[in-house]
Amino acid sequence: MTQLALVIDLNVCVGCHACVTSCKEWNTSGDAGSLADLMPYGRDPSGTFFNRVQTFEVGHYPETKTVHFPKSCLHCEDPPCVPVCPTGASYKRAEDGIVLVDYDKCIGCKYCAWACPYGARELDAKQKVMKKCTLCVDRIYDEKLSERDRKPACVLACPTNARLFGDVHDPESEVSVAIRERDGYALMPEWETRPANHYLPKREAPCDPPSPSSSSPR
Amino acid sequence: MDGPAPRTETKTTTCYMCACRCGIRVHLRDGEVRYIDGNPDHPLNQGVICAKGASGIMKQYSPARLTQPLRRKAGAERGAGDLEPISWDEALSTLTERMARIRATDPKRFALFTGRDQMQALTGLFARQYGTPNYAAHGGFCSVNMAAGMIYTIGGSFWEFGGPDLERAKLFVMIGTAEDHHSNPLKVAISKFKRAGGKFISINPVRTGYSAIADEWIPIRPGTDGALLMALTRELIATNLVDHEFVARYTNAGYLLDDDAASARFGLPVRDPKRDTGYELYPQNQWWWDEGADAPVAAHTPSATPRLDGRFELDGKPVRPAFALLEERYRGCTPEWAEKITGIPAARIRRLAREMGTTARDQAFELPIRWTDAWGTTHDKVIGRPVAFHAMRGLAAHSNGFHAIRSLAILMTLLGTIDRPGGFLHKAPYPRAIPPSAKPPNGPQGVRPNEPLSAPPLGWPASPDHLFVDEHGEPVRIDKGFSWEYPLSVHGLMHNVIRNAWRGDPYPIDTLMIFMANMAWNSSMQPDEARRMLNDKREDGEYKIPFVVVCDAFQSETTAFADLVLPDTTYLERHDVMSLLDRPISEFDGPTDSVRVPVLPPTGQCRPFQEVLIDLASRLKLPAFTNADGSRKYRDYPDFIVRWQADPGYGFLSGWRGANGEKSLKGEPNPEQWKRYAENNCVHHTKLDESIRYMRNVNRDYLRFAADNGFRKLDNPLVIQLHSEVMQQFRLAAQGKRPGRQPPERLRERIETYFDPLPFHYAPLETQVIDNDAYPLAAVTQRPMAMYHSWDSQNAWLRQIHSHNYLFVNPATARAQSIEDGGWMWVESPWGQVRCMARYSEAVEPGTVWTWNAIGKAPGAWRLAPDANEAREGFLLNHLITDELPRSSPPAPGEGRDEGRTSNSDPVTGQAGWYDVRVRIRRAEAGEAEVTAPSFATMPALPGTRQRVASWIAYVAGKAKAP
Repeated sequence: MTQLALVIDLNVCVGCHACVTSCKEWNTSGDAGSLADLMPYGRDPSGTFFNRVQTFEVGHYPETKTVHFPKSCLHCEDPPCVPVCPTGASYKRAEDGIVLVDYDKCIGCKYCAWACPYGARELDAKQKVMKKCTLCVDRIYDEKLSERDRKPACVLACPTNARLFGDVHDPESEVSVAIRERDGYALMPEWETRPANHYLPKREAPCDPPSPSSSSPR
Repeated sequence: MDGPAPRTETKTTTCYMCACRCGIRVHLRDGEVRYIDGNPDHPLNQGVICAKGASGIMKQYSPARLTQPLRRKAGAERGAGDLEPISWDEALSTLTERMARIRATDPKRFALFTGRDQMQALTGLFARQYGTPNYAAHGGFCSVNMAAGMIYTIGGSFWEFGGPDLERAKLFVMIGTAEDHHSNPLKVAISKFKRAGGKFISINPVRTGYSAIADEWIPIRPGTDGALLMALTRELIATNLVDHEFVARYTNAGYLLDDDAASARFGLPVRDPKRDTGYELYPQNQWWWDEGADAPVAAHTPSATPRLDGRFELDGKPVRPAFALLEERYRGCTPEWAEKITGIPAARIRRLAREMGTTARDQAFELPIRWTDAWGTTHDKVIGRPVAFHAMRGLAAHSNGFHAIRSLAILMTLLGTIDRPGGFLHKAPYPRAIPPSAKPPNGPQGVRPNEPLSAPPLGWPASPDHLFVDEHGEPVRIDKGFSWEYPLSVHGLMHNVIRNAWRGDPYPIDTLMIFMANMAWNSSMQPDEARRMLNDKREDGEYKIPFVVVCDAFQSETTAFADLVLPDTTYLERHDVMSLLDRPISEFDGPTDSVRVPVLPPTGQCRPFQEVLIDLASRLKLPAFTNADGSRKYRDYPDFIVRWQADPGYGFLSGWRGANGEKSLKGEPNPEQWKRYAENNCVHHTKLDESIRYMRNVNRDYLRFAADNGFRKLDNPLVIQLHSEVMQQFRLAAQGKRPGRQPPERLRERIETYFDPLPFHYAPLETQVIDNDAYPLAAVTQRPMAMYHSWDSQNAWLRQIHSHNYLFVNPATARAQSIEDGGWMWVESPWGQVRCMARYSEAVEPGTVWTWNAIGKAPGAWRLAPDANEAREGFLLNHLITDELPRSSPPAPGEGRDEGRTSNSDPVTGQAGWYDVRVRIRRAEAGEAEVTAPSFATMPALPGTRQRVASWIAYVAGKAKAP
């Protein structure tokens, strides 16, 4: 059974926000749109974004680590946002595991947002329905796009290739291999949501540059 | 019957949300922008795009767009933004008439200064044809030290001119680089480098952006990088980790320098009068002392090995190899010495030097490529030493930056990494001569009414003979560029223009035209001073700068100060070229240029600035734009790009030249050239043959190729200048030893001190005249990933990422002043005070505070609400920075108040000393308004901008909305 997901490599995320605005521009004019902005030119602007990047500092100077942390719906295998939805608008697709919102059924009660431990769902200020990452379901199967382009917008945009996309139930997929080989981890596993998205941790620094494969005399 | 027109359409062009110039695809739906993504077939970004590029939609449709030419209303005060619409006809006739009058009397009274434009080949040509020397772009304010410091040493520099070969490097050291410089290609390269197991070290007072993914962060005090670099170099020499072969053969290390202090050529290479000097500007007749024969020999004799130490006698004259002077200079630069200055432990400095040196030596590799050097030796391999660097403004924006950067170039050279795989690689048209042959006019005779300037307005002085000064040694340019105050000011000094024009020193001007530069706000040191000076009037009631023209696409703060506003298009609405004659996008492996083509029609009455310039040039009948019969030569900008040639066969664009588009790099103009670019991802990339891809400073076949294809005028080898002959020429003039031009008395000591042929570290000029105990902290800025200087507050999406800024302070530093995280505080320099909010950060060294560039905005500017966060909480650090330093002693009787003040800039290049500012911080008092200070009057909405700004948007492209 397919479970599509993103794997985000924290070892190379520089916090550029390409994923944030690529997602916004793709989705606002797409099937999951529109994505509203309130007070776009005024005080305290806010808007619907499916993907956001937070930045954390870990440790104390001078051993400080700066961690850029993108987060969008993790398409949980056991998504708490689904059973709480009173209208059935919130659902998980059987064929690929993507969690979606049917805007026609959503009444904007925000119960799902309370249930989601990851803060992945937002009430769109204009349409008054809950919106979230769709794994670009309107791109990934669109045969009018080239095969290269049948990926989520954020994955194609990322300049450091920090976002991988694929089926985490396929052990040989790029995402499964990355999780296995790079100690990929789930976010807040204690909530037992079994998020499909995983993160690859920052790697320890090599103490010295890698050993030579050959050396030549000076 | 034709079917319905397709709703969607995709065009390729080049992004311009910053200066990176990624290839993009713009997808339109019903003529509106549906989506912008990276072009996978473009060599620069290979399909990726950043936050800014992906937000182009909100730039295109910003309510801040200017859409009509505007004029200050009669009777309205300048600075109030009280403007009215006029027609283009009227705008251009007014401007033409005024500019013609100036040109016919004194052309230098017209000044053209531009910000981050990329059409310097056109704007510079326009200025030269008009006849004014008063032209430059933003480099003097930005990072000219990086360009000059490296070009005067190795003939190339970072960013557009060259960069780290991260494909093959094993150790990558990034120094003084903002979190997003130079954006996507470097992000791609660093991520691949890390995945391949390379080690990435970042040396920076702050840890954000790229530095967040560095394997190691080495905090450093701002303005001290030169000391670190000299200590690293000293360690390499002391531990014998120098690539002696490279240094001996390809640099001037072995040149025998005149060691007679009484000689007019003291410290300069001795020349052999019997040998042909070869190229007049670049003599080839220096001497080595051959180790084997123990005798002098022509420099670069293939069979000889030069002594790099010792004292010798040549024709009875005492001489020393240049490297001996370098070694002597560096001897005292121990890691312990550098630790006191930089704050980096001496042991770490030692270890870093060892890492660099051993990686370069032990991980060296070979590429089996045959190449021939300029002295006839054929090599059967290219050696790679996999230590690479990147550096930028953190070194450049200091008044000691030129020397700091020279010391970086020297370090890179001693490691043997210049234009070698795994190290530093040039990008065409670099490497160029050291320095390049173009020179500005060298006196006021170069400026004549109704004539073009005798030489380009900007160039590369190699001696006092090339300074642009009058018979008293005083400047001819309004910004005092190429004068004894800043002899090597190769990018001009935009930060001096308003003050000098206001003061009438060296002379008043009539018209200041500003393009894409926010000079009344963030493109200024002390913006409130700049604003005051723009508004200041003479006693007769006329403005001291009588006429100000602002060309921009958006209602910036500076548009309020215009007498005339010309609305530019956005990048999606025009043609542009990223030309080899200016700042192309070359790859390491070959020259690459690109274009923008219009994807959308111009909005309102916007006209591309380039079209306006060509229109003006034609109306003024500037020779290059006018046929012999006086008629207009070029129909428009695209026509100009295709048909203008520097010399027959050499034009702006390298691709699809020749009658049938079959030629590259040179060839006859091809009328279909734009079409060919548009069909080919708007880019043209020529891959160099392997044999001319490396060691290009001295690669004989590359040198010929470069001259043949118009990158350079000459094909002489580019011998790396560890010891700078150019600097010594200026020093000799100051010492009275060199015949010919000498500096005015008041500048002799300054020239003698700072025109040292070898780098040295000195404390920034500002710190020499202020109380450093009272102002113990350094303050710096950087550009964030998601904004480009003052652009992007008008962008609804990007401003949600940065709507206001904080001053980042190390918690220990903040707590010492009882400042809370998120609390209001004051940051003060000797020159100004700013009230702002604090943000604790462990990712900044405790002696530095910093913030993002340009987030703070004047109320109402950029069509933001007057109470927008940018105006109420956002702030500019610029208010703390001075463009002039006070005298260090009281004025003598009869001396004016302003005399003896010096520019707050690098004495070699005039680079603005942005990051030299010293500050103190204190908590805001209880009861103080929780609003930023200083505050500014609200700017009204300019006519032509969207008058009613929406309180919400839900953008969907196309007339028929998504189902």
